[in-house]
Amino acid sequence: MFPEKLNVPLGKWVNRFVDWLVVNYGDGFEAFADSLLTVLVWLEHILRGTPWWIMVIAIAVIGFHASRSWKIAAGLAIAMIAIGTLGLWDKAMQTLALMIVATSLSVIIGVPVGIAMALSNRLRAVMLPILDTMQTMPSFVYLIPALMLFGLGKVPAILATVIYAAPPVIRLTDLGIRLVDREVLEASRSFGASRRQILWKVQLPLALPNIMAGINQTTMMSISMVVIASMIGARGLGERVLMGIQRLDVGAGMEAGIAIVLLAVVFDRIGQAYGKRSQRSPLAEDKS
Amino acid sequence: MSYIEIRNIFKIFGPDPQTALQMAKAGADKDEILAKTGHTVGLHDVSLSIERGETFVVMGLSGSGKSTLIRHLNRLIDPTSGEVLFDGTDILAMSISELNAFRRKRLGMVFQRFGLLPHRNVINNVAYGLEIQGQDRKTREDAARNWIERVGLGGYEDKFPDQLSGGMQQRVGLARALATDPEVLLMDEAFSALDPLIRNDMQDELVKLQGELHKTIVFITHDLDEALKLGDRIAILKDGKLIQTGRPEEIIMHPADNYVRAFTRDVNRSRVLRARTLMQPISDDDNINASWPRIADDMRLEDILPVALATNGSMSVIDGQEKLIGILSKEQVIAALVA
Repeated sequence: MFPEKLNVPLGKWVNRFVDWLVVNYGDGFEAFADSLLTVLVWLEHILRGTPWWIMVIAIAVIGFHASRSWKIAAGLAIAMIAIGTLGLWDKAMQTLALMIVATSLSVIIGVPVGIAMALSNRLRAVMLPILDTMQTMPSFVYLIPALMLFGLGKVPAILATVIYAAPPVIRLTDLGIRLVDREVLEASRSFGASRRQILWKVQLPLALPNIMAGINQTTMMSISMVVIASMIGARGLGERVLMGIQRLDVGAGMEAGIAIVLLAVVFDRIGQAYGKRSQRSPLAEDKS
Repeated sequence: MSYIEIRNIFKIFGPDPQTALQMAKAGADKDEILAKTGHTVGLHDVSLSIERGETFVVMGLSGSGKSTLIRHLNRLIDPTSGEVLFDGTDILAMSISELNAFRRKRLGMVFQRFGLLPHRNVINNVAYGLEIQGQDRKTREDAARNWIERVGLGGYEDKFPDQLSGGMQQRVGLARALATDPEVLLMDEAFSALDPLIRNDMQDELVKLQGELHKTIVFITHDLDEALKLGDRIAILKDGKLIQTGRPEEIIMHPADNYVRAFTRDVNRSRVLRARTLMQPISDDDNINASWPRIADDMRLEDILPVALATNGSMSVIDGQEKLIGILSKEQVIAALVA
């Protein structure tokens, strides 16, 4: 037995800290939650309000724009229609809205953090264990304090998703920038480019394929979080899976599961196609 | 004072260069310092003067410090101790923004593995330096097109680097370096990665361009033939130390030590030696026979040879002003070939 005297009451400290946060900063958290919720509800409203065939066409068009292949565009359209035929269109749109918000938030936070990590070895040393923690810590552990701070519903679901899904885009942004050929950087410096010019004109464009791969993985991970998110009141496909588990309705669970997979495949193909194209694109050319 | 002055440069790589620097200044050599402190001596007390408009070649084998040396000229590497003066200005005293302005306006650099931006096509690669300067799109594209044409890549403006051969990529690198119209062109083993025929073409191209542009060129190479072909003057580096500096003929005729002599042994002397070096300066005009063929003082031995074989007597050597400055006999030509 490990001597009890040496036990650290970490749990108690965390409880006290969360209580203190709720008491002192509850209003602030609520305001933040409200603004996030407004965006999500608005997006959800649009996606659910759009006729299904327009959504299917939109997905096909995006697919074609990304891949320049009719086959892929048609395949994506069929996958979306298949979700509809399972009777899960509306739920899929709710999930989609959640996923878009969570992924956008992850990218908005993740890319700058990744850039900062690439530029500073010290920050990188600090961030790596944090990222490991974010990815391995069971999500229920941070769902509970998130619930206490933001209440039941979509906002804690989004935050839990961001914590789980942001690490890949952070890691791959860092990696992408670090992999840029040294001689190319040296050439850029020899022409008198400032750090800012090097970042925008050389490092980011060359890291773009890796960043796109990171965004793709982040998207996939945020889709995979929908089931857990549904446990704290986020609606959508995860809710159906949960219901299937609770009622031992294997069929309903399977339907929703397939719809999640289809949604994931659709966004994976789009993300990958953009990733491939970004390897030679005039993107970021004129930003400075 | 010369255009570029490098004074007593030491460069030591490692976490604590100062200790190793003291050892190096006290005369310890590279191996000794590496064994005792784990620090690598990149450059050991190197001083050079480079004149405006000359092509100055730094020659050395890998590990001799030549690439480190050229990076001191635009401060891609800072020395552990020493001075670098550029037209009288101490570039080591420059702030980051002054340094960037200096690099933008006055220097161009060409790299061994080209260092092209793989996500940009040829014209945007060539225009890169001008873009960094903040020139508008039209100005920089016009300039880029002009330089692409001059290095012989017209029609390839929209290709990407990975669609071009090595020789073509280096032409892009050269055009990129020239597009900002720099005073100084730094070329770090610029042609070493190319195969021999292409390398020869590029050397000829550079000689031709230099004939029109008269830039100051600092050229790094491990190939003595290349050094002799391009250089107005050559510096030879070994283990971070400067062994010899001189004109190509001086290096060939009077190698400073056995290391340099070993290099010069395989050199095609007829390509390096010129009439000026071989001739007998004139003492009295009486010895000149008007029927002798006249040759220019900068004519290479390989070009003199057919003239020498066709004549029965000697040859008279004239300078740029058509003034007689020496005589060269058939025997002297043959002796120079055999030596």
